[in-house]
Amino acid sequence: MKIGVSTICMLLFVLLSSCGHASESTPSSSHTSQISTIVNKGSDTLVNLALAWAEKYQQLNPNVEISVTGGGSGTGIAALINGTVDIANASRQIKPEEIQQAKDNGVNPVEYVVARDAIAIIVNTENPVNQLTIQQLSDIYSGKINNWKEVGGEDRIIVRLSRETNSGTHVFFLENVIRLGDPNNKTLFSTDTLLLPSSEGITAETRDNPNVIGYDGLGYVTPDVKVIAVGSKLDGFFVLPSADTVNNGQYPIARDLYMYTNGQPTGAIADYINWIMTPEAQAIVTQLGFVPIAKP
Amino acid sequence: MESTKNWIEYILTRLIKISGYSAIIFVLMIFYFLLREGLPAIGEVSFANLISIRWYPIENYFGLLPLIGGSLIVTLGAAIFAIPIGICTAVFIAEVAPRWARDILKPLVEVLGGIPSVVLGFLGILILAPALRRLLDLPTGLTAMAGSILLGGIAIPTIVSVAEDALDSVPRSYRDAALALGATQWQTIWRVTLPAARSGVLTAIMLGIGRAIGETIAVMMVSGNAAVIPVKWNSFFLPVRTMTATIAAEMGEVAKNSTHYHVLFFIGLVLFLISLGINIAASSAVFVQRRRAERILS
Repeated sequence: MKIGVSTICMLLFVLLSSCGHASESTPSSSHTSQISTIVNKGSDTLVNLALAWAEKYQQLNPNVEISVTGGGSGTGIAALINGTVDIANASRQIKPEEIQQAKDNGVNPVEYVVARDAIAIIVNTENPVNQLTIQQLSDIYSGKINNWKEVGGEDRIIVRLSRETNSGTHVFFLENVIRLGDPNNKTLFSTDTLLLPSSEGITAETRDNPNVIGYDGLGYVTPDVKVIAVGSKLDGFFVLPSADTVNNGQYPIARDLYMYTNGQPTGAIADYINWIMTPEAQAIVTQLGFVPIAKP
Repeated sequence: MESTKNWIEYILTRLIKISGYSAIIFVLMIFYFLLREGLPAIGEVSFANLISIRWYPIENYFGLLPLIGGSLIVTLGAAIFAIPIGICTAVFIAEVAPRWARDILKPLVEVLGGIPSVVLGFLGILILAPALRRLLDLPTGLTAMAGSILLGGIAIPTIVSVAEDALDSVPRSYRDAALALGATQWQTIWRVTLPAARSGVLTAIMLGIGRAIGETIAVMMVSGNAAVIPVKWNSFFLPVRTMTATIAAEMGEVAKNSTHYHVLFFIGLVLFLISLGINIAASSAVFVQRRRAERILS
């Protein structure tokens, strides 16, 4: 029995240490060899887009290898600070304390806006509610409104869905919807808000449950849920999120998406970032339901 | 020739000894690491904050009570599901089922134990949670109960496998004696076989519960992860957030050596102490019973 336990421990140890080695990806943009590798990590909102870009770019440039992983904006920026990635994807701007940590580690983050995104408010298709104001959304998520009938729906309890706190979407939603964009506002998510670890979790629950309200990046909205039109005033007009309404500024819950590099990039990384800004790459942005950056 | 043999034997004995002790060394090292990374949390976060009712780390609310409560209610629920089913299955396999059924059931249960918990989690999101919501008319199916059922399902194979081994090792003569005295099969199982295998069965339960309290992914997927203290009568049917899910969801994002990082390790420390407590309680219970059994026999 004793030997059994210790063998398991040993096995675990071996497994864990090998896992550690496997995930330890070092940034290696070596220009000496034929193949350059770019390590790209971060925001789950951006991961599909980053993958599509990487795939297309590798077709065009067979001598470049790009590895893309998600994990959240914070994860990507932390990896950039620790020097394990070449490009960090983020759905929020880097925080001052993260810049400080980067500086302490000898890393100088350089920012690029690579696309725009809107947060769509989603409900079950059976839910008769079509439109909400930002104020109503804030009241729902902070726990002041608890029943759908208070916003013109059926007599049902509202179940609030949110992404986990490490998601850039979560922070953006907190600051711009719940706190109405006011930095002095300290309103928090209601404690009974369900924090789901993935977009899939939110979509699955919204598809099935007529009580829920959820939010997610416009690129992640599937046709089997209903998107709510959002307005700033009850008697004003309400806008559904789309590429046009985001770009012309009508849709109120929209944001920029970023990539960060360590210092001004050179070689393969610089080429890649420049390519992302071209109309060819920005066409992929539209295909994935995001909004391309306005051309200069 | 003789000396080479001795030499090999010496090495082998030492190797086995080292792997024997390594279990203790690893546990101590893990404990030390948890202490080193987790204890700074006490200095950085006020005690009042740690025992407050709000967990929202990105705004420095570090109340641990919702998380501890969440883990306890989910584990307790899992125990209520898993212990009766697990023990009954073990009794059936060991005592009642005919030989051929037993040869099929035992390996099947062990295969069940090998299913990755993330797969169970997906089944939980897509089937269990919607079914619970409709059946019990809940606001949402992503509740402590869904977590408990999944964790129970994860713990059952462990309980069945270990308990069946314990029942199997009860000497044949015990059963023969009971039957010869005129006991029915049920009386033999309940009064003779189960009590004789008690320490093994208790170990099975503890291993199962240990498996349940440490399980992460499945419970994170189905329990809703809302950090609410489960003190209402219907808390079992509402979302909860467990300690393991919190660590898993947030560890990837924290900056090393930040307050949030230390608090997450502190949660790990609490979790470690809770499972240590369960194990000590279990083994001391087994020990007490063994002593009593020895007294009766002598």
